[in-house]
Amino acid sequence: MAIAAPSQAPWYVAPLRALRSIFQIRQFPGVALLIIVFLLVIPGLFAEWIAPHDPIKGALSARLKPPMWQKGGSIDYPLGTDKVGRDVLSRIIHGSRVSLRVSIEAILVSGFIGTTLGLLAGYFGGKVDALIMRLVDIALGLPIILMALVFVAALGPSFTTVIVIITVFLWSRYARQIRGETLSIKERDFIARARVAGASHFRIMFRYILPNVVNTLIVLATLQLGFVILLESTLSFLGAGIPRPTPAWGMMVADGRELIVTAWWISMFPGLAIMLTVLSVNLLGDWLRDHLDPKLKNI
Amino acid sequence: MQRYILIRFLQSLLTLWVMTVIVFSLARLTGDPLDVLLPMEAGDGERERVAHHWGLDRPLYEQYFTFLGKALQGDFGNSWKWQGHTAMGLVVERMPATLQLSSVAIAISVLLALPFGVLTAVWKDTLFDAVGKIFALLGQSLPSFWLGIVLMWIFAVTLGWLPTSGRGTVWHMVLPAICLGWFQVAAMMRLIRSSMLDVLDSEFVKLTRIKGLPEWKVVWKHCLRNAAIAPLTYFAITLGVLVTGSVVIESVFAWPGTGLLAVDAVRARDFQVVQAIVIVFTSVLIMVNLAVDILYAYIDPRIRFQ
Repeated sequence: MAIAAPSQAPWYVAPLRALRSIFQIRQFPGVALLIIVFLLVIPGLFAEWIAPHDPIKGALSARLKPPMWQKGGSIDYPLGTDKVGRDVLSRIIHGSRVSLRVSIEAILVSGFIGTTLGLLAGYFGGKVDALIMRLVDIALGLPIILMALVFVAALGPSFTTVIVIITVFLWSRYARQIRGETLSIKERDFIARARVAGASHFRIMFRYILPNVVNTLIVLATLQLGFVILLESTLSFLGAGIPRPTPAWGMMVADGRELIVTAWWISMFPGLAIMLTVLSVNLLGDWLRDHLDPKLKNI
Repeated sequence: MQRYILIRFLQSLLTLWVMTVIVFSLARLTGDPLDVLLPMEAGDGERERVAHHWGLDRPLYEQYFTFLGKALQGDFGNSWKWQGHTAMGLVVERMPATLQLSSVAIAISVLLALPFGVLTAVWKDTLFDAVGKIFALLGQSLPSFWLGIVLMWIFAVTLGWLPTSGRGTVWHMVLPAICLGWFQVAAMMRLIRSSMLDVLDSEFVKLTRIKGLPEWKVVWKHCLRNAAIAPLTYFAITLGVLVTGSVVIESVFAWPGTGLLAVDAVRARDFQVVQAIVIVFTSVLIMVNLAVDILYAYIDPRIRFQ
């Protein structure tokens, strides 16, 4: 008997293999990147030119129109309109801008603060380290959503408030990670040599240690991007985000909540936008982590 | 060990103290509480009388120490919105609902995360693993408030299988517990999977196999026991997160717990109640973290001597 030819493998093997290769996350997440570009970056940057309608002023004559593929829908409003006749698609496009701006600014600010404090704590050790790590513990122990509500009640909702709230929670993760890496990097030979050569503490921290933790920073920032988008939309769902009338995804879900039975599209589509964006960002973050910085796998 | 516990305990107290300062100053930042307490047309005499009654006419640091002294005894004053209730009384009254919901969510997440986390590691790179990964990724990407609304729409409104909101029967808990638990299932699953993968690679596992132990015993007894440390700590943290993170889900499902109370109190600017909730929630988080640290130090001697 001849050895069984490969073509005689059970019929289900080939499709299963194909399916498996699609879902292998180690491969480059091209789809995820496309979703990020088309759902977050391009609409975020060019909302005015892309959005077919005004996101704030509605046409009362076109109230509660269903999406175009349903009966009564029209091509003018592809994803339908809300209860004051605003185009859901245009609002989602403008909502990307809020998510994009908030997440980038919050991550930059908290990354800057967290990295600086982490470098200081790891490099100097001793009392500086103890003080900064205490602050980290406090920040990690805050009940985040509740504190955000209190902050907003105290300071009033604004763009700055949202950034401040997110930063208060986010910086500690950078600080902790960077501190840990600084601790091991500063024991290496080239740091000792730099010191002998007369480099200042500042120079050692920012010219010699910082470049060695850049990979970690990139991975951490990407992994947090999804978290920040979720957090921002949760805040805006609770009415503690960017103040009206600027459209934000979370707020749109909240607006459509009462109408979910009669007009499901109002909160369905912004929710899908949040989910797809966060999903893609997480996929990209996982991939980056595996390739740039495998030691971060428990984050 | 005692020294370590003592230091960690003192550090926790410090954290709690900082929180009281933050909470106190935030409540004062919102502007004059008198504006909330009094009607617009109140005269100066009336303002003074009310200010004196609530102790608002004394210097700020004195107000803080009064606040701190009373807070230590669990007294946060009377609620402004819910007349006739103390702030602490309201929190205590609402706590069981929150605890009930979070424990169900935790039970669901452990029951799902443990077997699936282990199996996705054992059957790495199979279809099962891929499905598990997608399930976990979805859990970490779905906005819980939106998931709540969509589930409510499908299962409560359209199909009519489950009640829409409120608290009462077991069925009322199903949807909020799923929304609350999914994210945790996802996080725990990933953690268990990655630590199981490490353990499965190690030398002693090869030894147990060479010894001729059945595969299920190798995986579920020897590996799991060694892989459980990281997920265990995470599980404890989850406890804290669920109790305090219930704000969103409770307000979506009108679940009458502390989370909903918090949202209502913030909207009504009832700062006595807000202060009580923030301090209680922070204490819960701090205690859980402390317990985790002690447990961890107990399991892993290296930590004690740092």
